[in-house]
Amino acid sequence: MTTRPTRPLTRADFPLAETAPEKVRGARGKPLDALTLDAVMAGEVTIEDLRITPQALLAQAEIARDAGRAALAANFERAAELVHVPQDLIMETYEMLRPGRVKDSATLRARAAMLRHDHGAEKLAEFLETAAIHYQRRGLMPG
Amino acid sequence: MSDTVQVNRWRRYSDWDERPLRLDRFAKEDPANGFAAFKSPADPKPGLTLSGGRIASMDGVLAHDFDMIDAFIAEYHLDPAIAPEAMAMGSGEVARMLVDMHVPRETLVRLAHGMTPAKLVDVVSQLNAMEIAFAYSKMRPRKTPGNQAHVTNAKDDPLQLAADAAVAAGHGFDEVETTMRVARCAWSNALACLVGSSVGEWGTLFQCSSEEAEELRIGMAGFTSYAETVSVYGTERSFTDGDDTPWSKAFLVAAYASRGIKARCTSGGGSELLMGYHEAKSLLYLEARCLCLQRGMGVQGTQNGGIDGAPITASIAGGMREMMAENLLAVWLDLECASGNDARATESEIRVGAKILPYLIAGSDLICSGFGSILKYDNSFNPSLFNGEEMEDFLTLQRDFEADGGLTPIPEAEALSLRIRAVGAISAVLEELGLASPTEAMKTSVIAASGSRETQTFSTGETARISEEIQARGINVIDVIQALAKRGFHPEAENLLKIVKLRVSGDYLQTSSIIRQGRILSAVNDPNDYAGPGTGYRMTEARRDEINEIRDLIGQSEVLSDQARHRRGESRRIAYAPQGAAPKGAAPHEVVIGISPAFGLQLYQTTAGLALSDVLAALIRGITAGGGVARILRMHHTADTSFLGLTAAEMSGSGFGIGIQAKGTAVIHQRGRMPHNNLELFSNAPITTLAHYENMGRNAARWTHGERPEPVSVPTDGQALGARFHAQVALIYAIETGLTDPNRAPEDITVTFLDAGPETGEMP
Repeated sequence: MTTRPTRPLTRADFPLAETAPEKVRGARGKPLDALTLDAVMAGEVTIEDLRITPQALLAQAEIARDAGRAALAANFERAAELVHVPQDLIMETYEMLRPGRVKDSATLRARAAMLRHDHGAEKLAEFLETAAIHYQRRGLMPG
Repeated sequence: MSDTVQVNRWRRYSDWDERPLRLDRFAKEDPANGFAAFKSPADPKPGLTLSGGRIASMDGVLAHDFDMIDAFIAEYHLDPAIAPEAMAMGSGEVARMLVDMHVPRETLVRLAHGMTPAKLVDVVSQLNAMEIAFAYSKMRPRKTPGNQAHVTNAKDDPLQLAADAAVAAGHGFDEVETTMRVARCAWSNALACLVGSSVGEWGTLFQCSSEEAEELRIGMAGFTSYAETVSVYGTERSFTDGDDTPWSKAFLVAAYASRGIKARCTSGGGSELLMGYHEAKSLLYLEARCLCLQRGMGVQGTQNGGIDGAPITASIAGGMREMMAENLLAVWLDLECASGNDARATESEIRVGAKILPYLIAGSDLICSGFGSILKYDNSFNPSLFNGEEMEDFLTLQRDFEADGGLTPIPEAEALSLRIRAVGAISAVLEELGLASPTEAMKTSVIAASGSRETQTFSTGETARISEEIQARGINVIDVIQALAKRGFHPEAENLLKIVKLRVSGDYLQTSSIIRQGRILSAVNDPNDYAGPGTGYRMTEARRDEINEIRDLIGQSEVLSDQARHRRGESRRIAYAPQGAAPKGAAPHEVVIGISPAFGLQLYQTTAGLALSDVLAALIRGITAGGGVARILRMHHTADTSFLGLTAAEMSGSGFGIGIQAKGTAVIHQRGRMPHNNLELFSNAPITTLAHYENMGRNAARWTHGERPEPVSVPTDGQALGARFHAQVALIYAIETGLTDPNRAPEDITVTFLDAGPETGEMP
């Protein structure tokens, strides 16, 4: 999604691929109707063109919120922040969140700061900082 | 005492010992050891205190004592704006709202956002099993019901996976899930199921259950479209023993969404019990914690209702009701629910049928979170509640209850062509990508095989090598689409492209999304709007027709053509020559055989498959042997056995007669008796033999000599003869009654037996 409408999206905008196909675009900017079998056969489509974008996830978050699903919307917003985070960094962060993997809450807070600073991942950073509080309180960090 | 009876067992117990049910072991209720379905002394009372907009205590635990699960629920699930109102409501009142068709779903979903786990349990515990099913039907998020299949095999054979995935998609499963016997085969299994499920109509979502990081990588390669392996638990120790926390799982859920992959969590009663950390809490309370957690994580849905814990849950008193209650909690919390009916919780087929029924009639987002579409031994998750063996039982239950279980019968020829196409497609992809070259013999054996024990195909080691090469070379879905198209599998290539394009818009990440007829259906655009009779999901006439088309239905034309197959044979064995209206007999030992209107004219075999010429010959032989003289009359005024027999007796010189219908039901009657008060009756024609008919003839003759012969007994093994024969019996009987003429008198028939040999090899 490169072009955003001015009003927030609602349930009536769902599904986006039907109500606004021209606005739904892959990670390299190709609109949905350009993703044809002919284009695939001509080598013009890569797996990158089939990746979701932060814009699409934020659009889905608006729809979810309108449908009364604020928690789902918050998940889509965290996901939007993760779209451009490299896979290795995602798996490394996941690993850090597993029990006993980091020795103190500072390590987790540092990862939060890095995500916020390098990837604009404000919501994820808050999420990790909240985790750090409870991990420490529950003794999940040996240090 | 000398008259003491020397018996130490009523042998009915020995009979019961042999029933499959006795293989199930049942557990004593024992809350201290975690064996309690709905309530345990250790379960907390519902409660919530707020302080300055923050949660100060929940279900009797102060905030600073919260474990990770409490903390996560307080942080992300409970809405402080709703909680005071929701927690103040009487649990009985809320329970009644759940089953009140006038209370909208949204009202209840909103209240759930303000309820603690103990409060949710307190409410649903008030509902009996029927009320739970009804509330489930009202509260499930998406209106249209769906279903999910397991597609696996014991060899991890890609050819068979493709063939079985195609058949599963053909049956209408909305999702297909695979897993491996050997972990290294993950990529090959994913590729094979993906290609197989692209055969036919597009829209089957697919997942490959594997190790978390690998599952995400397989998803990123475009092979899978959803994941449901994000397990959560209701106690902190179970969670950490599973090497995760609520935050790590929630992070993983966001990671799946960031890759455009639909995800749901997994939980279910009994998992904490199996993991050894149940805190002496009831199954339902622990599951309520899991579900509040999941809602807080922002995952769109759950797979719950026992799942791997279903067998242990079903061993506990109220366990099956508990699984229903878990599923109700999930949908009340507005989560998509893949409602278990998964791990086979019993060896008793009666318990299997009873387990599925509430879900079938209530509907569910995904009725089974793994219907084993393959044979039990091929299910790498372990057998499901329903499996390939029982597919037709499920299809029949849909038809019986006019309930949409998400599946559609497919004609035998279509199933075969799906398998041929799928094996062709996966073979083309394997060859085109230089991964393997299946031989014709391998393909043929897989197409025909019911299960992997019948196949000659790749060894698991060879498949592991294929799988590792897919991963090592970084093959992704684009390569697969190109390979399919290059080899002429254009519809499959198009279908795969459509599935993978779903992730660009992310529409199918919304709650309860499936694909039907090329369009997304979800709780957003197909919300469950149940508000009483005539609302909510109702099958269209077209859908009803689909469900009804199970295999081998019979109608009058099938019965007539089946009988007609024997017409020519009978014409070479017997001739019926009508002699006009019959006089009353006078011979003292005469036994009249009254045959029915269609006997030998339109109908030629009894329901036991006996040629009517043989049956008539046996009766005559018996009458002669018993010292009687047989005379044959065709009745036109009736087709009813009693009246055939009574009229025969009245026309008989001895006063004794036999009545027989073409389907083989026969009676000995006596002049002057009440119509239904006969002397002997063969009511179970399908198990009546020629020897029985011969003995009946002999007995009838002995009555004419003033004897009271021992009645002939046709022993039954308790077969459900009605189920086996009544449809055809009613159709046959309609042919008989269609020929009756109430004003036409009985007619003497001269029967001539021709010597034409047995009725073999005769087709129309």
